[in-house]
Amino acid sequence: MTQNRQVALGLRGVSKRFDRPAVDALDLTVHCGEFYALVGPNGAGKTTTLRMVVGLLRPDAGSICIDGIDALADPVGAKQITAWLSDEPMIYEKLTPYEYLEFVAGLWRIEPAVAEARARELIGWLGLEPHAHERCEGFSKGMRQKVALAGALVHDPKLIILDEPLTGLDAGTARQVKNVLRERVRAGGTVIMTTHILEVAERMADRIGVIAGGRLIAEGTLDDLRRQTGETATSLEDTFLMLVAEQAAAA
Amino acid sequence: MSQPASLTWLTSHELRLGWRDWASLMTAGGRTRARTAAIALIAFAGFMHVFAYWTVASFANANLASDTATLVGITGSLVLSWSLLLSQGMESVTRAFYSRSDLDLVLTSPASARKVFAVRMARIAAAAIAIAVLLAAPFINVLAVLGGSRWLSAYGVVAAMGAVATAAALALTVALFRIIGAKRTRLIAQIVAAVIGAAFVILLQIAAIFSAGSLSRFAALQSNWMLSHAPDTTSAFWWPARAVLGDYAALAGVMAFGIAALGVTIWLFSRRFGEHALAAAGVSSAAVRQRRWSRGFRRRSASRALRHKEWTLLQRDPWLVSQTLMQILYLIPPALLLWITFHDRNDSFVVLIPVVVMAAGQLAGGLAWLSISGEDAPDLVATAPITSPRILWAKIEAVIGVIALVFAPIVAVLTLDTVFAGIVCGLGILTAAAAATAIQLCFRVQARRSQFRRRQTSSRLATFAEAFSSIAWAATTALAAAQTWAALGTAAIALGILAGVWLISPSRT
Repeated sequence: MTQNRQVALGLRGVSKRFDRPAVDALDLTVHCGEFYALVGPNGAGKTTTLRMVVGLLRPDAGSICIDGIDALADPVGAKQITAWLSDEPMIYEKLTPYEYLEFVAGLWRIEPAVAEARARELIGWLGLEPHAHERCEGFSKGMRQKVALAGALVHDPKLIILDEPLTGLDAGTARQVKNVLRERVRAGGTVIMTTHILEVAERMADRIGVIAGGRLIAEGTLDDLRRQTGETATSLEDTFLMLVAEQAAAA
Repeated sequence: MSQPASLTWLTSHELRLGWRDWASLMTAGGRTRARTAAIALIAFAGFMHVFAYWTVASFANANLASDTATLVGITGSLVLSWSLLLSQGMESVTRAFYSRSDLDLVLTSPASARKVFAVRMARIAAAAIAIAVLLAAPFINVLAVLGGSRWLSAYGVVAAMGAVATAAALALTVALFRIIGAKRTRLIAQIVAAVIGAAFVILLQIAAIFSAGSLSRFAALQSNWMLSHAPDTTSAFWWPARAVLGDYAALAGVMAFGIAALGVTIWLFSRRFGEHALAAAGVSSAAVRQRRWSRGFRRRSASRALRHKEWTLLQRDPWLVSQTLMQILYLIPPALLLWITFHDRNDSFVVLIPVVVMAAGQLAGGLAWLSISGEDAPDLVATAPITSPRILWAKIEAVIGVIALVFAPIVAVLTLDTVFAGIVCGLGILTAAAAATAIQLCFRVQARRSQFRRRQTSSRLATFAEAFSSIAWAATTALAAAQTWAALGTAAIALGILAGVWLISPSRT
């Protein structure tokens, strides 16, 4: 079904080595309008992969293509349509959410009127109105994560990449974040997310990629993954554990 | 082995934490640096002993009588050291109040919170005493070796001073808590601490300049006015000075006073320490509102957005501003001395210019660290659609902008007096600021702005290079203002420093 759609992110033979290979000749394709979840054990190479995609790390080998733009040759062009949200929200303590969004809009050169309308909308969606003009220094982790998410969305990116966005959030905040992400996908955006919460991947993702030892060991819908393990009635958790165990045994 | 939660058990826990804090401060967290740090410490101790020999050896065998002049001289030096200890103590106490670290664990455990906080206060005192003793040791050792064991009593005086300074720091900080509240105490206490540390030295130097035209604090302490207003030599006020001179009865009195002051303070405040620490912890969740909503988003280029962000963050952090501007405070006495010495001559501006240029270099170093290394959202900036050079330029512009704003009035006044001097001074300021910024660029690391105080630890090389570069550019500007070709020589040295920094910079290798 997804084969005919435009490619939002294409990775070909991407490798990165620190003291050992972190990502090993990784091929990955995510289509426009898709919600893609990347799961894998700790140290599998998920975050390293995504940090290379958003330009925070340079790969040792391979190519990265974002919406038809070669991200290594034209990083500024690729960044213009991409948003990155890490698990640890990095915002400025002394700025208010409103000022933070104005700053992000400035960095992405968004028309002020458009950016402001979007900022107000996002602040409303995420329930940040009462705190929009308070400095972020007193905010809880959930509120910081919401501000960072609003920052990631204020420039209306085509591709949103999130690293463990739900870690440490309460149920209400997690639901708000999930709703906002679903809304983005419905509006035609692409979301790629790493998560350790397999239930989230199972419920939200169109496709799931399982990464281990820096390689993509399985990919597809939950049914596709189950078929790969030969089990049909198992949960994603069981399927994931079996796939990872198989990969470890093979390695 | 001590019983869990007993005083000795808690003390050993606090000592272990204290030791690890200190070791991490010395080695910047790198195990490989431990050996280098040890060698550097030994070298420093050796240097300090040589320095102590050079400064106090002549006093070791001097027949120092307990006359007013001697007592005033010694007491003045002790008060000077004590003010620095008090400043350090206030810093430590404020940090202890505002650091959440194990507060939740301590207050939710069945251990007596009063006992825990009493031990914690004792640890602050122990650290203050240890630092005081270590810094005084070279001078006392030299005096004792050359002049006899009577000088060893100075160790007791120094320890008592550390105890009294900590007691005073605790009392002052608690008083600030009660008077102005937890929210404002952090900033005010740190500013008070810095001002106490600097003010005594600066005021003495200023007094010395006006009374004797010299930077020496002894000149002010030995002035007629000071000697005529000093208490009688039999007064208990002179006990610390007498104890330093080997009066064991005075030493016993001083030590008893120190122990009692610290003991009473700990006993009085340990019960409330937890409450204050909790109040301090609550400060972080207190909301600070900004007025803006009606103005709307403004059209800004990415560079302008970055510059504006840097200026807003700086403007909203008075602690950082005070820490940065404090460096300039120390330049007031030399500037005053130079002015008083040379103000009758026509070319008096020549002596002021280097001080201004030096201050600009130092200030730019701090600001450049905040702007370039102290980025709290590095991922956001790095994933924005702007090239790295543009990001760096915007940050450099933010630094130079602040420098221009701070020093523009000085340059303007100089220009009104002598256009040439104004131009040279302006160029010197910009060059020194640019050089300090370049050094910070070479040694840039990823850090949080709150780590500003530890920036010197993370790269001592950058700190020294920054200081030497500022001195070299200050000298160059002064020589250029005096219209001598020697300016080319010091400029070459300044450029050599920059080249050396570039060659060894981690960002290049």
